[in-house]
Amino acid sequence: MLLPLLRIELYKIFRRPRTYISFGAIAAIVWLVQIALKFDGPAYIDLLLNNIKESFLINADLKHKILNGYLICFVILNTILIQMPLLVALVAGDSIAGEANMGTLRLSMTKPIGRTQYILVKFLASVIYTVMLLVWMALLALFGSMLIFGTNDLIVMRSDSIEQMRAYDVVWRYLAAFCYAAVALSAVAALAFLLSVLAENSIGPIIATMSIIIVFTILSEMNIPIYDETVKPWLFTTHMVAWKGFFYVKTDAEGVTIDGSIQNLPAIFRSLSILLGYIILFAGTATWIFRKKDILS
Amino acid sequence: MQANRIFFSNHYLFRSSFVHSFTDPYFQMNHNLLKVSHLTKQFGEIKAVDDLSFSMDKGFIYGFLGQNGAGKSTTIRMLLDLIRPDEGSIEIFGMELKKHRNEIMRQVGAIIERPDLYKYLSAWEHLKMFATMSGIKYKRAQLMEQLALVGLAERAHSKVKTYSQGMKQRLGIAIALVHDPALVILDEPTNGLDPQGIADMRNLILSLCHEKGKTVLVSSHLLSEVELIADSMLIIDRGRKLVEGKVNELFDPSEHLCELITSDNATAIEKIRSSALGVYLKEEREEAILLKAPKEQVPLLVKQLVEMDIPVLSLHTRHSLEDYFLSLTTKRDAASSVKN
Repeated sequence: MLLPLLRIELYKIFRRPRTYISFGAIAAIVWLVQIALKFDGPAYIDLLLNNIKESFLINADLKHKILNGYLICFVILNTILIQMPLLVALVAGDSIAGEANMGTLRLSMTKPIGRTQYILVKFLASVIYTVMLLVWMALLALFGSMLIFGTNDLIVMRSDSIEQMRAYDVVWRYLAAFCYAAVALSAVAALAFLLSVLAENSIGPIIATMSIIIVFTILSEMNIPIYDETVKPWLFTTHMVAWKGFFYVKTDAEGVTIDGSIQNLPAIFRSLSILLGYIILFAGTATWIFRKKDILS
Repeated sequence: MQANRIFFSNHYLFRSSFVHSFTDPYFQMNHNLLKVSHLTKQFGEIKAVDDLSFSMDKGFIYGFLGQNGAGKSTTIRMLLDLIRPDEGSIEIFGMELKKHRNEIMRQVGAIIERPDLYKYLSAWEHLKMFATMSGIKYKRAQLMEQLALVGLAERAHSKVKTYSQGMKQRLGIAIALVHDPALVILDEPTNGLDPQGIADMRNLILSLCHEKGKTVLVSSHLLSEVELIADSMLIIDRGRKLVEGKVNELFDPSEHLCELITSDNATAIEKIRSSALGVYLKEEREEAILLKAPKEQVPLLVKQLVEMDIPVLSLHTRHSLEDYFLSLTTKRDAASSVKN
């Protein structure tokens, strides 16, 4: 029964015009970045390498090599992954609350479906939607940029170093980063989903999810020692950006990049397990509440 | 309109080919189809349903009456496991709802208040979706036939947002009946319908019961509607049961219900009970005494009351279910107002 129900939920999600707003928004951002960098890429590279231009000789050919599809994708990921929680919350926050608001929740709940089964399917559908958004983004941002700008070594600027990955060592990192982002955004979906169970219209859970993420992100970004040790390590927003870890590489004694290496893999796994913990916590709590909830809508 | 007539005609109504639940062993036996015991539900300070017990036999139309806010919808939602009772138990088809929810729901179809639907989906999509959710295997032709029967075949692929209230109600019924349930629960099914729609709904309910053998629980505050279709009825007020029984026993058109108010009801009751009039005594209440007597006996009854020195202030006779209902409920309101 789980699969037919999941098909129904996905069908409902993808028959709603609202669903495609997110896909449209992603396409718009990706295309705008690609168009801008296609026409004004060298100026962007100048800006990017501003701090090191006195130490290195950067000619037009090098700029052209740096400005490749992989870098464009990295730029887009940095931009879009901040906005993605809103797009995920649009559907996950609406999942139960929207049905309650429309009055269709009570109709569905008169059918021979267990509440745990129903909520599990709803959550799975939200996660699948999230993954599909990421796949869409990957298609446009990674493969689209590869087609438009070509491929070359990826240069990633950090505050204290420059990371360089060879062209053949990049694609798997993106795939890993997208998989990680799927887990991170699933944590957002789980939060929106939990709030959705508590509400009877979808605006509340969507706004509440975004408010929580904004507050947590501000806390994550603040450099206050007491928060650094006590609060920050446990905020899920702190770990949502850990996908960047796949683009931080190890170097040998001579400072040469080691292909296929990741600088701090245990930190990525730790972040991943914290995000999975949040997903289980949020989805589990949502299930527990929904099982006991009176459906009054 | 033509399509409506086809839908509600007695011969074609939901000629379903799905496996019918009446083959189940339960239906071979003769016991309560639904049994509610001491059901209680409280929302904060408000007791929506208070120690409510009743039962239903199979193959009847059961009217569930009460004024707005009486607790009908809360009770129905508890019967459908949408609301969990604080106390009490519900047995449907001889099984406890708490333990056998899905098994029971496979044989129950319901509309609660109004059929709220997915505006961006069509009737066809709805029916397909809810047939799957009901766990039945269907063929395209079967569902199309059902849509034709509710008069929606031509609009099967139009989005629900383009439907009228009546069309939505008919689609709601098709969804409730898509899995051929043995028990149909309709909460205020005539809400928002025009007079023709109300008449069609009445015919549908009668057909479901008398031709398809289904048991129907229909709640309404439109007492005149229930009076026309129900075999049995339950009247509740403020979550408590006022009366339950067969309509022809509770209300016999040949008998009148006499509401007697005296200056000393307690003494009057004593006198009536110890006299031959005791057989007419229906109900004793603080504010009035209800006597039930054949129409031709009413003048004699009045004469005897006077002869017994009962200080009669007023005696009203009533003969419709609605009057009976109002006499049960509004007087309670009046009594509480006086007390307050």
